[in-house]
Amino acid sequence: MSRHASLPTDTTLMFQLKGGLYPLTALQLLGNDLPVFERQLTIKIEQAPKFFNNAPVVIDLQKLHQPSTLIDFKKLIEILLHKKLIPVGIKGGLPEQQAAAALAGLPTLQEGTKETQKTEAAAELPPAALSIPPAEIAGKKPVDSLSSNSRIIKDPIRSGQQIYARGGDLIVLAPVSHGAELLADGNIHIYGPLRGRALAGVSGDPNAHIFCQSLEAELISIAGQYKISEDIDPALWRLPVDISLDAGRLHIRPL
Amino acid sequence: MVKPNSKVIVVTSGKGGVGKTTTSAALGAELANRGYKTVVVDFDIGLRNLDLIMGCERRVIFDFVNVIQKDANLAQALIRDKRSENLYILPASQTRDKDALTREGVEEILTELRKEFDFIVCDSPAGIERGALMALYFADEAVVVTNPEVSSVRDSDRIIGVLNSRTRHAEQGHEIKKHLLLTRYSPSRVQRGEMLSVEDVQEILAIPLLGIIPESPAVLNASNQGVPVTFGAVSDAKRAYQDAVARLLGEVVEDTSQKGWKSMLLGGLRLFSRSAV
Repeated sequence: MSRHASLPTDTTLMFQLKGGLYPLTALQLLGNDLPVFERQLTIKIEQAPKFFNNAPVVIDLQKLHQPSTLIDFKKLIEILLHKKLIPVGIKGGLPEQQAAAALAGLPTLQEGTKETQKTEAAAELPPAALSIPPAEIAGKKPVDSLSSNSRIIKDPIRSGQQIYARGGDLIVLAPVSHGAELLADGNIHIYGPLRGRALAGVSGDPNAHIFCQSLEAELISIAGQYKISEDIDPALWRLPVDISLDAGRLHIRPL
Repeated sequence: MVKPNSKVIVVTSGKGGVGKTTTSAALGAELANRGYKTVVVDFDIGLRNLDLIMGCERRVIFDFVNVIQKDANLAQALIRDKRSENLYILPASQTRDKDALTREGVEEILTELRKEFDFIVCDSPAGIERGALMALYFADEAVVVTNPEVSSVRDSDRIIGVLNSRTRHAEQGHEIKKHLLLTRYSPSRVQRGEMLSVEDVQEILAIPLLGIIPESPAVLNASNQGVPVTFGAVSDAKRAYQDAVARLLGEVVEDTSQKGWKSMLLGGLRLFSRSAV
């Protein structure tokens, strides 16, 4: 009866190629001592087990203290998989490192921003590493993916609850209790008092902001820079504020 | 047949010592006073207290765990209160621990109880472990007992989060009704800034207020004598529990507990005239 059924099966499409921008957690590798790396990773994961559960990650080589280090990618992949992180590629690094990664099965990913597209031509990559469809490199506006990844929470966030907006903003229309934890790759907006912890830009975005209507936080953090409640200027306590990073330091501005 | 209006109410708090058992007994007794067939179930396996608070400790033969393990049937384990024919208790075991509770076992017992009783009040143990999770899993409504101090409020907040995610209703996508019951409230200590006010607690917990039970010697006396507060002599605490039950049943009751200190401030005359009557 339907048009679908009347068609021969061969002409029914089984797949389509589409571009898309997907948020990924970047694991910035700073050093190459893998046993130490594994210990530190274990501690990090214990702090927020759900956050890391089978999350895809990109290994970012741009922050290596010794940029020319040779990395044992096979071992690195093994450690990550064992810790339930799924490495999907590398970012940056020297051609030799990229080649070694490709041998271990990790493609080199291009960054989605326009600047890097200009500076890093696709031709620099070994062809095998090009797993991203061209449409993705051409790129949609990042805004699209950000807005679709935003999370809106309407109920109070209780002590012991952890909410993560992967790849987007977290918007909360209720109070955030002591002992609750908010995480977002983008901004965090709280239309209520912030009494727990809020960590914006957790994948390293230094442009993320935290907004709240009453600052009573246990901890605030943007891109890893953090302040605990003791360090917050008492004059700003219980005020509506906008928190951002200014020259690498947390800046709290009353609204 | 399960009674169509039968309700399972969990009395919980996260923190220990805030008055869960006292409240379970008082609410159960008042529901029975009003003619509802009510059973209070002690989920605190290993730390049995409800029977003491309700004054039937010498009549415990079989308990919750015996019924789960089919060593006894439900009728054998239920104890009828001597003061009200509508009130029963299902005591906990003192010799076992919380691992004896299985979800299937608890479900089976609650389903049986729903056939007989209008209200099943589950007295939860403290904590957020197995015993507490079992007590709240099948609940239709929850009474969150909170003292006006920060650690109790934070634990209540935690348990509200658990109620929002780990009940059967929550798993099916429905929220259960949660009521805040403030206990051991002392308006004069709030005045002196030694205690959180009702407003402070409500602002943090953001659930409807069922009642405010004043700090009262009547509560301690009741516990020591094994008489639920609402079966005892007239007292401010008894009145407050009666109001709480009225609200639980959907009645609109004026808040008198807060008036205490306001009337004291605004005019001693009213207090005098009241005591003269």
